[in-house]
Amino acid sequence: MSKQIQVSGLDAYYGSHKAIEDVSMTIEPRSITAFIGPSGCGKSTFLRTLNRMHEVIPGARVEGKVLLDGEDLYAPTVEPVSVRRMIGMVFQRPNPFPTMSIYENVAAGLKLNGRLSKSETDGIVEDSLKGANLWNEVKDRLNKPGAGLSGGQQQRLCIARAIAVRPEVLLMDEPCSALDPISTLAIEDLMAKLKDQYTIVIVTHNMQQAARVSDRTAFFNLAEQGKPGKVIEMDETSRMFTNPSQKATEDYITGRFG
Amino acid sequence: MTSTPIKEVREDGRKTSIQHISTSRRIKDRVVQGLVYLAFALAVVPLVSVLWLVVSNGLERFDLEFLTHSMNGIGARDAHGGAYHAIIGTLEQVLLASLISVPIGLFTAIYLVEYGNNGRLSRAISFFVDVMTGVPSVVAGLFILAFWILFLGFEYSGWAGALALSILMMPTVVRSAEEMLRLVPNDLREASYALGVPKWRTILKVVLPTAFTGIVTGVMLAVARVAGETAPLLMTVFFTNSINNDPFNGPQMGLPLFVFDQAARPNDTAIDRAWTGALTLILIVMLLNLVARLIAWWRAPARGR
Repeated sequence: MSKQIQVSGLDAYYGSHKAIEDVSMTIEPRSITAFIGPSGCGKSTFLRTLNRMHEVIPGARVEGKVLLDGEDLYAPTVEPVSVRRMIGMVFQRPNPFPTMSIYENVAAGLKLNGRLSKSETDGIVEDSLKGANLWNEVKDRLNKPGAGLSGGQQQRLCIARAIAVRPEVLLMDEPCSALDPISTLAIEDLMAKLKDQYTIVIVTHNMQQAARVSDRTAFFNLAEQGKPGKVIEMDETSRMFTNPSQKATEDYITGRFG
Repeated sequence: MTSTPIKEVREDGRKTSIQHISTSRRIKDRVVQGLVYLAFALAVVPLVSVLWLVVSNGLERFDLEFLTHSMNGIGARDAHGGAYHAIIGTLEQVLLASLISVPIGLFTAIYLVEYGNNGRLSRAISFFVDVMTGVPSVVAGLFILAFWILFLGFEYSGWAGALALSILMMPTVVRSAEEMLRLVPNDLREASYALGVPKWRTILKVVLPTAFTGIVTGVMLAVARVAGETAPLLMTVFFTNSINNDPFNGPQMGLPLFVFDQAARPNDTAIDRAWTGALTLILIVMLLNLVARLIAWWRAPARGR
């Protein structure tokens, strides 16, 4: 499990609008990489290019290379579905499938992709829920609808669902922005735990969160509205937050703009 | 003392105050409220009176004989007789029409919402579905009469009637299914894609189940609409007084036809049969609706059965 991602010269477009330009970076395995930056600077767009979710939007396309342990995800013969199976994603708003129970939600990725025996599925569901620190809260009501859980529980359910398919990488798009501080803490603890097994990339608006959980941080910014977003600086989180090399990074982190 | 507004002067010198609802606004509110209730009453009066008429007149002959006998061998002035042949005909024709139009309509809606991307083809389909919605039922009947019976040379049959009805059902099914599929949040599709689930499986396992209840309701509306159609049946099913269980061979009967036929006869016994036929039709549509609701309720796990 857990692979390295190398991005070089990546541009992403919505129709004719260029949303991000010339992004190059290396994301190390078994670590948490955080993306920070003002709204609309392309963090989420970039995150979505990493598992080929960007092209799901009509008119959206990507140029450049994303290598997962040396394999180009955008090679013409690559099946996007298989990429998404290896690189899971957790979204900003918890989105459990409303027609499914808690159990079915976690098993969704497994069930939707092929046959597994009941006992195997049971095992994976339990492991995934334990992995997402949710097992103790839901073990007595696995057949109740997933939509009946609280927001924080739903988000952990979504994480359980994402890790149930055993991805190499876990992408998280502002996973705590809709949650209260307690649930946020639960998710942050979970991330620290998952770091041992997965490559984790998180987009966040909360700089304290980036400072708390991540090993490396990338700062995204755009020259002005309508211009494509770029990576301004990427470094060890501790150095980014104490001694950034770019003026813009320092201004953003200290709250002088954005 | 409540009528004096509380005044205060803000820093910028402008006066703000808590305003009270003026008498004229109160009156306007009352008048509009009254108008709304009146409109509601006006809408309910015909509905209730139709139901009342049908039930009170129809109950007279609503018995086991009516439900189990045909009109075969019943003389012009005789009482007795029933609508069994017409009930069978209506059920078979509506079922066949649904079997044709629901899959086509559903697939069309799935194409429009999931694959069409608002391209030229999907806009054209949308346009023609709108046009089809406006096709009068007589025209659908005439089309099947001209094409299926006169041009291709098939005989009058329940199947021909079902073809005509399916033309009327299809646009309703497409429109309602399309609405329901569009209501499914994109978040769910993305969540499914992000798990590495292919698009077709996402549609089958996530989108359709989420929209299922609404689609069932839409289909039932379409069924209710065509179950009462008389004109297209006249030209395609023809009619008969005896039982014909085979919708593919020979003329059949339908409840609307039965009502139409009986109501046109000059004696009271026939008129009574017409009322009871109408009551039966209403009951069948209601029963189908109830069954559909039950299915939808049973399939919706959000209730946490």
